[in-house]
Amino acid sequence: MIEYFRRGARAGLVAVLRGLVQAVLSQAVNIALFVLVVVSLALVPIGVGVLLAPAPLLAIRALAERQRAWAAEWSGVEIPAPYRAAPRSRSPLALFGWLVRDPATWRDLLWTFLNIPLGLLLGLLPGALVVYGLEGVLVAWWVGLVTDYGWGPFWMLGDWGALGVAGPIVLGALLTVVALPAAPSLLWAHAVFTRSLLAPTRAALADRVRHLTATRAETVDASAAELRRIERDLHDGAQARLVALSMNIGLAEEMIGRDPQMAARLLAEARSASGTALTELRDLVRGIHPPVLAERGLDGGVRALAMALPVPVDVVVDLPGRAAAPVESAAYFAVAEMLANVVKHSGAARAWVQVEHDGRRLLVIVGDDGRGGADPAAGSGMSGIERRLAAFDGTMAVTSPPGGPTVVTLELPCALSSPKTSPSSGTG
Amino acid sequence: MRVVLAEDLALLRDGLIRLLEAFGFEIVAAVDNGPSLRRALSEHRPDVAVVDVRLPPTFTDEGLRAALDARREHPGLPVLVLSQHVEQLYARELLSDRSGGIGYLLKDRVSDVAQFVDAVQRVAAGGTALDPDVVAQLLTRHAREEPLQRLTAREREVLGLMAEGRSNAAIAARLFVTEKAISKHTNSIFGKLDLTRSEDDNRRVLAVLAYLGG
Repeated sequence: MIEYFRRGARAGLVAVLRGLVQAVLSQAVNIALFVLVVVSLALVPIGVGVLLAPAPLLAIRALAERQRAWAAEWSGVEIPAPYRAAPRSRSPLALFGWLVRDPATWRDLLWTFLNIPLGLLLGLLPGALVVYGLEGVLVAWWVGLVTDYGWGPFWMLGDWGALGVAGPIVLGALLTVVALPAAPSLLWAHAVFTRSLLAPTRAALADRVRHLTATRAETVDASAAELRRIERDLHDGAQARLVALSMNIGLAEEMIGRDPQMAARLLAEARSASGTALTELRDLVRGIHPPVLAERGLDGGVRALAMALPVPVDVVVDLPGRAAAPVESAAYFAVAEMLANVVKHSGAARAWVQVEHDGRRLLVIVGDDGRGGADPAAGSGMSGIERRLAAFDGTMAVTSPPGGPTVVTLELPCALSSPKTSPSSGTG
Repeated sequence: MRVVLAEDLALLRDGLIRLLEAFGFEIVAAVDNGPSLRRALSEHRPDVAVVDVRLPPTFTDEGLRAALDARREHPGLPVLVLSQHVEQLYARELLSDRSGGIGYLLKDRVSDVAQFVDAVQRVAAGGTALDPDVVAQLLTRHAREEPLQRLTAREREVLGLMAEGRSNAAIAARLFVTEKAISKHTNSIFGKLDLTRSEDDNRRVLAVLAYLGG
């Protein structure tokens, strides 16, 4: 029983402090951000607002993300993020358009406004009730004895003599005991309010289903086409060569007694045909899943790509583990395509590739010091990358002002496996 | 000459054993996985090890790593690495200690038996045997650069064969010219690339590969 109360009291105290954080934030941050957004939106008609608005809107997104995390962590209320995928271009206009067209932005803004009073109320209430109760126990009765103290519904007992002393103590103690364990529930109420506005709406979920259906269809189409290509390559290439090879060997077998020279020539031919078949198979395998990627992961794969390039490429890979094979493969082929573009179009003297993981996403940045002006909509290679990435909810952003530099950023949401421990001891 | 062989596919392993034994090599151990390879290398200290890059249990670059570790432990231990595909990344790792006795060849090269046996012997003797594919990649990569542009087509051909690790005599036989003609070419190449000349075949290869960034 005591243990039960102690635990309730500790959870209550934690909730009281968290409520205070919410109350302070709702006044210090929400008001400021709301005002900034309103002001910058008011400036949109004269143009400046387009440049100004994204900053506070993105700040509100960050705040909303924090609230979603807290709702899950503090009250067990899971709130998925409802935002649409970031635009490919990083121009201010694209950014502005992306933000204002997403209904989630406006729901965020509504939440920011409503949370100014609600966050204050629900945030302060747990602390206020506890403090009021404690005041009844510790302060009200003796102050009431010496002076005409008292405010609120409970502690106006100064004139009631002994009852006036006992009343605040009993009622205050009761209030504290009830309010403290109830504090997490008030925090939970705030989380539920947050969820009502910051969770994806049915429309957003329908959007998401449409997006997933589309990307799934694309992925299925792409992999079916890929399989058809592989089948054709095998059928017309290696397979046909192996048939010719076994024919030559069979013939040589026949000839070896009668015309050893002819047999030797046929065998030499057979060997060269086998070499060609192997080369074709090797190229095919490289196109499906490069061996170096399988052996060394993204780190080795990207380094191997960089080494094959006639332009010097600085490679920085900082990954604490390995991503799932399909993600690695998508990232690898994206880097391959972009490095190929660097060589073909940019006229760059240097390029760089940076690969890192921020805990939730794989970030791949490929840049060059070339002439810029790359149009992501123009090349079919780029849209191929994008289709591949879309299957993993990945995005690609290109900045390439005329005159360069060109920087392409890929983001792929994924988890990393813990680093593989290979059995490397000599005694194994 | 004592050989340790590591290849996980039984068919290929038996083929290699038969081939090497036919040319007078003694197979002291033929293993099919990484840990056994490590044990065999430190136990037998062979004159040359012929190693497949990809081996069980991880089926990644187990064999390559075992070979690299063994060379760190016993510097200069001759290792010929075979693979279904060649990577410059691996070539660079193998060559990085600059002590020779390294081979890195596509598995298909085994089909040219005489060349393959020559490569094994060269590696065992502390020389280099680099796959023509690796060399071709290195040359393409530097093809745009000024010093290589100054080489004649013939000189570039000789440079490629040199980078593979062949001696002047071997290059001469390959190109159907005299050894003297080749040595004239190599002198000219070293002059144009501004490399220090060396009569020692092995040091010459290393200089060329260092130049090409291999």
